Amino acid sequence: MESQLTWQEFIVTRVIKASGYSAIVFVALIFYFLLREGLPTLAEVPFGNLFSTRWYPIEEYYGILPLISGSLVVTFGAALVAVPFGLGTAIFISEIAPRWLREILKPLVELLGGLPSVVLGFLGILVLSPYLRVLLDLPTGLTALAGSLLLGGIAVPTVVSVAEDALDSVPRSYREGAWALGATKWQTIWRVTLPAARSGVLTAVMLGVGRAIGETMTVMMVTGNAPVLATKLSSIFSPVRTMTATIAAEMGEVANGSVHYHTLFFIGMVLFLISLAVNITASAVVFRQQKRSERVLS
Amino acid sequence: MKQTPLHLLLLIFLLTSGCAGSARAQNSPASLASESASAYIENKGSDTIVNLALAWAERYQDEHPDVRISVTGGGSGTGIAALMNGTVDLANASRRIKTEEIETARAKGIEPVEHIIARDAIAVIVHPDNPVSQLTLQQISDIYSGKINRWSEVGGEDRPIVRLSRETNSGTHVYFLETVLRLGQKDNKTLFSTDTLLLPSSEGIIHEIRHNPNAIGYDGLGYVPKDLKVLAVAKEPGGKYILPMISTANDKSYPIARDLYMYTAGEANGVLKDYIDWILSDEAQEIVSELGFVPIVKYNP
Amino acid sequence: MKTFLPLNRNLTQRLGFGLLTAMTLATVTPIIAVIAYIIIQGAPAISLEFLTSAPYNGMRNGGIMPAIVGTLYLTIGTAIFSVPLGVAAAIYLSEYAADTWLTRTIRIAIINLAGIPSVVYGLFGLGLFVLFLQFGTSILAASLTLSIMTLPVIISTSEEALRAVPQSFRTVSISLGATRWQTIRRIVLPEALPGIITGIILGLERAAGETAPILFTGAAFFLPRLPGSPFDATMALPYHLFVISTQIPEMPFQIQYGTALVLIAFVLGMNLVATVIRSRARAKRQW
Repeated sequence: MESQLTWQEFIVTRVIKASGYSAIVFVALIFYFLLREGLPTLAEVPFGNLFSTRWYPIEEYYGILPLISGSLVVTFGAALVAVPFGLGTAIFISEIAPRWLREILKPLVELLGGLPSVVLGFLGILVLSPYLRVLLDLPTGLTALAGSLLLGGIAVPTVVSVAEDALDSVPRSYREGAWALGATKWQTIWRVTLPAARSGVLTAVMLGVGRAIGETMTVMMVTGNAPVLATKLSSIFSPVRTMTATIAAEMGEVANGSVHYHTLFFIGMVLFLISLAVNITASAVVFRQQKRSERVLS
Repeated sequence: MKQTPLHLLLLIFLLTSGCAGSARAQNSPASLASESASAYIENKGSDTIVNLALAWAERYQDEHPDVRISVTGGGSGTGIAALMNGTVDLANASRRIKTEEIETARAKGIEPVEHIIARDAIAVIVHPDNPVSQLTLQQISDIYSGKINRWSEVGGEDRPIVRLSRETNSGTHVYFLETVLRLGQKDNKTLFSTDTLLLPSSEGIIHEIRHNPNAIGYDGLGYVPKDLKVLAVAKEPGGKYILPMISTANDKSYPIARDLYMYTAGEANGVLKDYIDWILSDEAQEIVSELGFVPIVKYNP
Repeated sequence: MKTFLPLNRNLTQRLGFGLLTAMTLATVTPIIAVIAYIIIQGAPAISLEFLTSAPYNGMRNGGIMPAIVGTLYLTIGTAIFSVPLGVAAAIYLSEYAADTWLTRTIRIAIINLAGIPSVVYGLFGLGLFVLFLQFGTSILAASLTLSIMTLPVIISTSEEALRAVPQSFRTVSISLGATRWQTIRRIVLPEALPGIITGIILGLERAAGETAPILFTGAAFFLPRLPGSPFDATMALPYHLFVISTQIPEMPFQIQYGTALVLIAFVLGMNLVATVIRSRARAKRQW
């Protein structure tokens, strides 16, 4: 009986350990695959072409700069929306709202996070972009702005959840100490609670931004997909083409192994590296904060 | 027992997965060669043709219940690429297959065979309130390449021109590039202006034009609803302005008309051949004109 | 400190709170407005026929049953691959792993998997499952792609649920002579189950609503009959909505909104179930 238990347990433990490593395996696999199919681009497309400002693959123009700028403009705009509204809502839920309101608001915000991106894109075409065109007197409503507003909406729930958790985990004693010293709730929030939750809040922002960079369907439906290099601040009111929309729109038509195929994987690789950079930076920040607080508390 | 829920869940998942997965061999084009009781045709490609292909598939399956046809869009480029990858039987294309694509196919041992299955007139469309009613081919080319930027330059109001186009994987896009922007000249290297909006579908174009008085777009006649304004086009400056319709597309007086194609890997045989023969018949061509395209056979409704 | 005049401080606080309240309202109102709008526009289209029959006349009539069934198949397929792997990985991280650099690397890997754009998953799925392993455009390829995407969500939430179980439970069990695995299987796992299930449902909810990963790995525009094997392609709700709202001329708006309604009902329904499980578990908790 006992030996049978040990034998079963042995196998189960091995399987569990293997599963644990699986995450690393998958990340490595994805990275390897992107590299394998994307690196040939550097050999096939001359640098001058790859980093030019015209993206028109059917005539062999593979300039990825307009695509990168498109993604950056939309993400920047989305961050402008998601960060203030997301943090504001998180602070409200965590510090100001009474318990009963909190129980309603949290699930409600999570609900927004569950809305499929294609539904938001669908509403974007039908409702948002005509409205923007009329409201702001633009040539067309299919712009980076429409994309940023919708993406901001998609990123807000992520920012709210993570930031709210971070604020919630700040020990009550911090706040009480501040109140005892005569600070108002408002002052406490800004000078005590928020700085204490700084790493969590920063993580929230970075995760929100990461979500915005990676969005595909919504931007493909509402940003107009014009591969224009953004040169001035007002570019947000013009159509743009993001890296993600480019891959989604062109992925199906490429013949396996062609230059276009490799270039799309190259763009995928760029996206992967950007999200890798964002995540590693966020982790490093959190790690450093943790070390610092450990030093302080010890 | 507390473990039961977990086991129960796993059991349910396994059972339902059993329903979803039966031991069926992967459907491959090779199965077409045999006159099997249940034949399967994979049809993929042009978004211009997709609704026509769908209507055909529905009617054909009504009459031949033993044949299954699946229809998918994605653009002419997608269909041809899939034909070369060996994942579809029938590729729909609203443009001719390119020489590079033929070479790639031959390198994989596939000889693409072309079938012309209908004709299409490309309409240039604007908002119904737009006062402009006619343009020459050269003017359209200049608008789309970025040389003309305001409607006032072609006799309209003082508004900016918003250019709408299909995506680069669309045969319609390629055809428009070659025939209109480049005026059919082989060595003309004019390109779309970079701020041309590349919308992923016909409906996107229709919707934007319906709401935006600044917009100009193009698409197959079959996609243009009655409430949008179609421009009359003159081939040469000073020439006659022609509106697109079945008659002007067939007698070639409308300058932007084209053939629509279906490609097979090698000569079609068996069930596939029957389907293509049916497509060229009167019954199928009647569907063509119902949908707003131009029938290949002289069909008089 | 700003000033010692209490009036000024209170004013700042009032203004500040007012601003935050306004922001929260601005965040929450669109959510309600969007859902309400879709319900109002889409409800007239919902009928038993809509939910159970196939589309015809170029999708302009009939129902969306094949898309609903397809999404169900894809969700189940995703669950089959991601649940066992994800929960096992969570058990490893929570119960077995020491705080080494290897463990930290695993955690970073999980965060990265969570951040990869959905279209990059689609690209990866196309390259590996559809082309390299030659599964073709199939439910199998799409499910595998979606399950790798869902993995990080399941792992993180499951690990959190496992960690929430008090250490004392484990200590007592070990002191009574049980092995580590026995402890996990009979004590920790059952206690953490509601949290794990919540995580699974939230992960699957995301998988059900995604379009980009299935675009070229499994989704089809129109299939004459329901898929019969995992190697068939399938229609799916998010892709169907994308297609009918952008590809088909003269598509009645009601059908578009109706499809959107069904999709969000499916997704939000799962969300609701997960929330209920989570709050009930929290109430029943013995610690």
